[in-house]
Amino acid sequence: MANIETFYDVMRRQGITRRSFIKYCSLTATALGLGPEFVPQIVHAMETKPRLPVLWLHGLECTCCSESFIRSSHPLAKDVILSMISLDYDDLLMASAGYQAEAIIDEVMTKYNGNYILAVEGNPPLNEDGMYCIIGGKPFVEQLRKAASGAKAVIAWGSCASHGCVQAARPNPTRATPVDKVILNKPIIKVPGCPPIAEVMTGVITYMLTFDRMPDLDRQGRPRMFYSQRIHDKCYRRAHFDAGQYVETFDDEGARKGYCLYKMGCKGPTTYNACSTIRWNDGVSFPIQSGHGCLGCSEEGFWDKGSWYARLQHVDGFGIEASADKVGAVTAGVVGAGLAAHAAVSALKRIRCKKDDNQ
Amino acid sequence: MSVTQSNVLRDEDLKETHLQGLSARTLHARRLMTVYVYEAPVRLWHWVSALCILVLCITGYLIASPLPSLSGSPSEHYQMGWIRYLHFAAAWIFAIAFLGRVIWAFMGNVYAREMFYIPFWRVSYWKGLIDTILVYAFIRSRGKKFVGHNPLAVTAIFFCFTLTSIFMIFTGFALYSEGTGMDSWEAKLFGWVIPLLGGHLSTHFLHHWGMWVIILFVMIHVYTVVLEDIASRQSLISAMTNGYRFFKDDQPK
Repeated sequence: MANIETFYDVMRRQGITRRSFIKYCSLTATALGLGPEFVPQIVHAMETKPRLPVLWLHGLECTCCSESFIRSSHPLAKDVILSMISLDYDDLLMASAGYQAEAIIDEVMTKYNGNYILAVEGNPPLNEDGMYCIIGGKPFVEQLRKAASGAKAVIAWGSCASHGCVQAARPNPTRATPVDKVILNKPIIKVPGCPPIAEVMTGVITYMLTFDRMPDLDRQGRPRMFYSQRIHDKCYRRAHFDAGQYVETFDDEGARKGYCLYKMGCKGPTTYNACSTIRWNDGVSFPIQSGHGCLGCSEEGFWDKGSWYARLQHVDGFGIEASADKVGAVTAGVVGAGLAAHAAVSALKRIRCKKDDNQ
Repeated sequence: MSVTQSNVLRDEDLKETHLQGLSARTLHARRLMTVYVYEAPVRLWHWVSALCILVLCITGYLIASPLPSLSGSPSEHYQMGWIRYLHFAAAWIFAIAFLGRVIWAFMGNVYAREMFYIPFWRVSYWKGLIDTILVYAFIRSRGKKFVGHNPLAVTAIFFCFTLTSIFMIFTGFALYSEGTGMDSWEAKLFGWVIPLLGGHLSTHFLHHWGMWVIILFVMIHVYTVVLEDIASRQSLISAMTNGYRFFKDDQPK
């Protein structure tokens, strides 16, 4: 692996002096809360660790993950791509095309076998032998399986790769399947969201580079540092929720005053993501701040779970817009009427029995 | 009803009792057999749970469909906060009471175990079930006598109350763990429920359905208890208040 560029090599190549490099390592140690005795360790790591080779595949998707990723500001996407990782294949961003492009996958797979990261954006459709998504003349699922076979770990970018997203919504005609249902023998980090927040994406990569291990994952395989709390837990409108102040319609006084969007079907209370802390577009805003409820795009099956403007999921098979409450209330009414009828018949029967007794 | 006439007392039966000298006929005096069925912990649990269910249904409904919006500064109100607090407090009491009830099933009498299983292999259960259904359908007029619950009640309580309560406790604590955080013991003990049921929103949804199952159960429960207390051959309401069930006749069948 002697021919692989280390971080130190890259920094020197970009004109950074050794003195600045040591300063940078000291600052990093301080930032991470480590003592001065850790500086040599960081220096050593930067001098010896090769840049992480990444293959970035695109399946059935809309490239919104990539659109989000290239807008990352902390760290800048260009720093991630050009300095931190060695993004060897990304058919959206790379200049090469055709045979030249596809050959890189084989090259990386042989050169860094077991040491590269496979990032997957989108998911493979499995119906018709995967013919709904063709990359380089072959079904995407084949490219995915092949590239995953030598990967150290797989990052599932976005809701498509993590959960299936819109193309897997009912009735899912192409049988679009999340990555973790196809790749079963590799550790998978799910970074859901449609798209995921740019800083979350670069943050996951930075973490894996810095500590050389997978971030802590929750039960559903999401990095805990970004997905351990709900939008609701850190929402700046939370005080209005606890007080009982809600937007009732999008044009009312509450909407103008920035009340809680719970009644407008905001999915913040059921959505795990970092939107209310990191926010979007370099921290400018996020959906709730713009006056619209959270759609819950980073939650599994969010397309299929009822209206974006109602808290309760719709119920199929009871008319178009039946909610659990309507079905429950109607059932309670029917049962109540049944009990009343039963009571009436019981009373009549008793009166008749009494008469029989008295005779 | 003719069955109620079976233990009628005559004037001479009242001799050497506190009713001596009174007319047995005008008093409709009867002799009753009473048995001690529901022990004190069972009765206490029953009424505590009933109160909790009332609070849980009202507050739970208001969490899903909040009251009209309040105006003014948010620091002046804590309406949803209080509603959620009441819901969680009642849920804690309900869950602990249920746990206590499970423990009492091992310590108490045979009737303390009735709500936790269906005696599937017992012929008398199926016979009694059919018999009770026929009585409720007005096909048979004279029901059997039961010391504990009748088999139809056992079935309804097991499926609509016991299993639903366990489901509500598990989904409830799983949802509660969303607030206490991923490292809390609630999340460790109950967090697995959420992915199993298809995510956070689905868990909320099914927890809401559970409320309606319990509401329907309570409606039918209250009605049948009153009906049975009037029309059946044993008492029900007093059995759950003082523990003693009396039979209105001593006939063997």
